[in-house]
Amino acid sequence: MTPTMTATDPKLGAADQERTPALVVNGVSHSFGDKKVLDNVSLTVDQGAFVMLLGLNGAGKSTLFSLITRLYDNVSGEISICGFDVRRKSSQALQRLGVVFQSRTLDVDLTLMQNLKYHAALHGYSTREATRRGRLALELVGLSDRGNEKVRALSGGQLRRVEIARSMMHRPDLLLLDEPTVGLDLGSRESVIKIVRELVAKEGLGVLWATHLMDEVLRTDQVVVLHQGVVLYNGGVPQLLTQTGTTSVREAFRALTGTKAPIEEAA
Amino acid sequence: MSASTLSATASATFAETSAAAQRRLGIAGYWACFKGIVWREILRYLHQRERFLSALVRPLIWLFIFAAGFRQTLGVSIIPPYQTYVLYEEYIAPGLLAMILLFNAMQSSLSMVYDRETGTMRTLLVSPFPRSFLLLSKLLGGVSVALLQSYAFLFVAYWWGIEPPPIPNIQLFTFYDAPSWTGGVIGSMADPITNTLFSVPAFIQPYVGYIAVAPAIILAGLMLGALALFISSVIKQLENFAGVMNFVIFPMFFASSALYPLWRIREASPPLYEICRLNPFTYAVELIRFALYGQIDTISLAIVVGFTVVFLAAAVFAYNPSKGLIARRGGPGGSA
Repeated sequence: MTPTMTATDPKLGAADQERTPALVVNGVSHSFGDKKVLDNVSLTVDQGAFVMLLGLNGAGKSTLFSLITRLYDNVSGEISICGFDVRRKSSQALQRLGVVFQSRTLDVDLTLMQNLKYHAALHGYSTREATRRGRLALELVGLSDRGNEKVRALSGGQLRRVEIARSMMHRPDLLLLDEPTVGLDLGSRESVIKIVRELVAKEGLGVLWATHLMDEVLRTDQVVVLHQGVVLYNGGVPQLLTQTGTTSVREAFRALTGTKAPIEEAA
Repeated sequence: MSASTLSATASATFAETSAAAQRRLGIAGYWACFKGIVWREILRYLHQRERFLSALVRPLIWLFIFAAGFRQTLGVSIIPPYQTYVLYEEYIAPGLLAMILLFNAMQSSLSMVYDRETGTMRTLLVSPFPRSFLLLSKLLGGVSVALLQSYAFLFVAYWWGIEPPPIPNIQLFTFYDAPSWTGGVIGSMADPITNTLFSVPAFIQPYVGYIAVAPAIILAGLMLGALALFISSVIKQLENFAGVMNFVIFPMFFASSALYPLWRIREASPPLYEICRLNPFTYAVELIRFALYGQIDTISLAIVVGFTVVFLAAAVFAYNPSKGLIARRGGPGGSA
């Protein structure tokens, strides 16, 4: 039975729905003109799974995110969130999706709470409910006391935490993060990663985390290696190391992609 | 509380039943979403003082300098909606209001196109509401800002002595230069002799122009916003605001009834007169002009409504990232 059928069948109970993967990408290709950016990409993010999408700049990570968030329609293949096809059931799919984009998307002139309330409104929450969820979201990322400050006053790491808080306000089942730690100092990176990992553990949501920083991978993560639009590996870390005969994710990535150039290190 | 500790209460209360989640996308949800988008535009605008000032200074320069200079050279004879000779300043005030709308529309639509790949538009477009609704709300948010700018302009103009006269009754009026059959059809709604829709109580009469102009501004602003979004989505060459000024704003503004009555243009150049009559901006100006005088210029109203619908449909189609013309034109610059 396909995931799409599972979730749209109203007779199925919650238990069945829980088994539906948070994200299914199946045979997706995408081109810009003659340039093929994604070539038959497939991956799955289960509920409660933390999936690392590893790839260098230009590997196609952002294009994949654009397709999942429906910035472009996927021309071939299928993408579904919790069983809802992003093209045919986009409203239900987007309702279950939280995104932290690579670029900064908060209004720096507005306060944290104004930003969060705006996002809640985009998901249809009333003003009162938006305020409540805004407070909860700030609590979630440890910025409760900063709600009335302007975003401009925050550091880079705090900005990211607010964006994570915002993406969690409507309690999504799938959280996408596109290079969320780029440009952050080591301490901020660690706190951002920790927050998201705790969310996975506690809320049981599926996370797809795109990065080119190999040291963010834990042994328990699922790893998808994307290189020049093609998925080269999809599975656990131990198997990745065994398969490539290497001892670290970085070496394994180099062996898989044949990249000679040094991979960009964390700041 | 430390940043890394998750609050148990937070996780617990985020949850909601699936029925509640469904309701969120009902009528109340749409309304909340609309309010949120419009309110954000207004908040952002109020925080950008430079934008507020520059939007106000532009029409005031036209009013204080240009119009004062031309006061002696350009006489405006008695044409509807005027019942007496008017100063040139008074004649161009509605055109300057429309200019505020045009500039605002182009500015906000350009930023919508450039933000599409990166910033705030992407967070808007991952909202579960239909994209046409999100774009319409966003356009109306821009119109709300233009409405604030318009009233700021009218306020300054009032102290300069430019204000609409007290208005004893609301009239239906047909565009003075329209084909005769159109007047016959639409004019029949009003009292055939006085052309009056309804009378106005005395204490409101001085404010009627200011109140009646609001719906005209909203409608004209929406039309121009949708047109601007369509144009900036389709024409890739409009990469900076200078190009927009040269190829969109100036031609629309000058080839209209904003600065001079159409009959004067006809005397000067019949082809230009025809161009002005085809320019939707002319009808936006006239709709606003008549509204300030408590009159509903029915032809302009019909034309502006018609163009609004057409431009909105075109804009939604052209802009929709997944289906529209931008997507067909090629991928994002440099992103992968």
